[in-house]
Amino acid sequence: MASVADTAVVTASPRRHGAFVRFVIRLFREKPLGAAGAVIFVLFLFCGLFADVLAPYGMNQISPLNRLKPPSWQHPFGTDNLGRDMFSRCLYGAQLSVIIGFCAAGLATIISVVLGILTGYLGGKFDLVAQRFVDAWMSFPDLIILIVVVSVLGPGMPQIIGTLALLFGIAGSRIIRSAVVSVRENMYVHAAQSTGASTFRILWRHILPNVMPPVIVLFTTRVGVVILVESGLSFLGLGVPPPAPTWGGMLSGAGRTFMYQGPWLALAPGLCLTVVVYATNMFGDALRDLLDPRMRGSR
Amino acid sequence: MQAYIARRLLALIPTLFFASVIVFVTVRLIPGDIIDLMLSSNDIAAGKKSREQLEAALGLDQPMYTQYFRWIYAILIEGDFGKSLWQNSPVSEELLTRLPITFELGFLALLVALAVAIPIGVYSAIRQDTPGDYIARSFSILMLAVPSFWLGTMVMVFPAIWWGWSPDVKFVPFSQDPLRNLGQMAIPAIILGCALSAVTMRLTRTMMLEVLRQDYVRTAWAKGLDEKLVVVRHALRNALIPVVTLIGLQAPLLIGGAVILEQIFVIPGMGLLLIDAVSQRDYPIITGVFLIVGVAVMLINLIVDLSYGLLDPKVRYR
Repeated sequence: MASVADTAVVTASPRRHGAFVRFVIRLFREKPLGAAGAVIFVLFLFCGLFADVLAPYGMNQISPLNRLKPPSWQHPFGTDNLGRDMFSRCLYGAQLSVIIGFCAAGLATIISVVLGILTGYLGGKFDLVAQRFVDAWMSFPDLIILIVVVSVLGPGMPQIIGTLALLFGIAGSRIIRSAVVSVRENMYVHAAQSTGASTFRILWRHILPNVMPPVIVLFTTRVGVVILVESGLSFLGLGVPPPAPTWGGMLSGAGRTFMYQGPWLALAPGLCLTVVVYATNMFGDALRDLLDPRMRGSR
Repeated sequence: MQAYIARRLLALIPTLFFASVIVFVTVRLIPGDIIDLMLSSNDIAAGKKSREQLEAALGLDQPMYTQYFRWIYAILIEGDFGKSLWQNSPVSEELLTRLPITFELGFLALLVALAVAIPIGVYSAIRQDTPGDYIARSFSILMLAVPSFWLGTMVMVFPAIWWGWSPDVKFVPFSQDPLRNLGQMAIPAIILGCALSAVTMRLTRTMMLEVLRQDYVRTAWAKGLDEKLVVVRHALRNALIPVVTLIGLQAPLLIGGAVILEQIFVIPGMGLLLIDAVSQRDYPIITGVFLIVGVAVMLINLIVDLSYGLLDPKVRYR
């Protein structure tokens, strides 16, 4: 019966605040690694939001006298070939990653939810055709679609966010769809149908709240994937154009030739990327275990 | 079995149709049009022709659906992907020389992934919750997070600084010097393979844990069989079946990852072709690579699905 009580608390809006706190406590107690991931995730968000305040130097502040300085107290991550402070650039890189990661993952999740709920609930011919389309879409490697779209529309933040959203939105709709298919057959949905509730009402009031756990997990894990794919694109020189300090971009282009003189140039952005994506994955995994009803009470 | 193959092939038709539409529509999203581009950039491709002549030559004066059917007809019936805008050579020729190189890299990476993932996955399942298991699992999640292009960059930079060694970037085809070719492919294949091994390792571990709790495995233990025999012959063979499906699902990742590593290690496969074509805005090549990669992934998935039956006698195709 414990699980019934849990869901009741989660859905009862006046006490949502208490449930959230309890959930955080559970995360720390049961999933220490996931909690560590969550802490890094929040820290990353903080760095991204307040990069302008936190960064000791401007992102493109050139200082010819300080070219290729190794890491020191003044420049914790060293300086690059133009004397720009790598630490500040990595912070601004976090800002770009936060914007791209959250916007693209957010939009992607919305697309996944709309598409997943419609195909999963309506089913029939519509679903059949839509699924063949999703099959076709998913046969193209992410990076290839992105490269082609950027080659057609030109590089730039809106195009990249839009394409990433569409890319992961369509692919993720499968996960939501399978959750919807299992929820659809529940008694309360049949009850709502028989009382003559409109399709929209059923989707909004009965289906959506019950597929929220996979939606939350999908969003969290997508943030990491989006950041990773965007960095790949920037690495190929097709992401947000320079001098914007993207982590992927810092590892490529002009900086690359100077890595032999200043190997720290190769380390800092890559480490940032790895730590953030690793933390996001750990956090997402922990969320999956805690939110998935099948996992609940398994230990 | 034959009926099943036939049905699978039929089901492939709508998917292929959608794929071709995705390719066709995406490439035609270009703001302005390709003619402006050809006329504006110094023009080998445009020659001395006028706008109307160019439009007619490329068939752009026709309505969209006519253009689509012409395009798909040329590909399906004549195997004609058009001509490269700048080199004036057929795209199909270019694709044929580049495709095997990317496939080789992908295949080697897959071998590395399996060679890393399966033993570690099995080990971590039979020693569940020991320090070894934790290390293996942490490693696999870490590999998911490390960008392969960063690893590639470090392999290029650090050995050069420390030992003055850098990977050989003058590409030699396999047919010319197999050993040297494999030597060049080894590093990118290992990097890509390790990245892919993470998911495979986790699935192998989960499946092994499930299979090891089955009755027939307990019986095998009870018979007093050797651990190796129980684990490999009884458990692993059954645990690997879902892993095979995963290989199909990872095909896009394999090719996508190859694109970026080809760029770092200067391997002239599809990835390098695509990146070069993008920088020159050579749309026929971009379209060709885009389509071929999608179709290749679909066919790999089909083969994987069909091979399922050979591995698992419980699966009967109806």
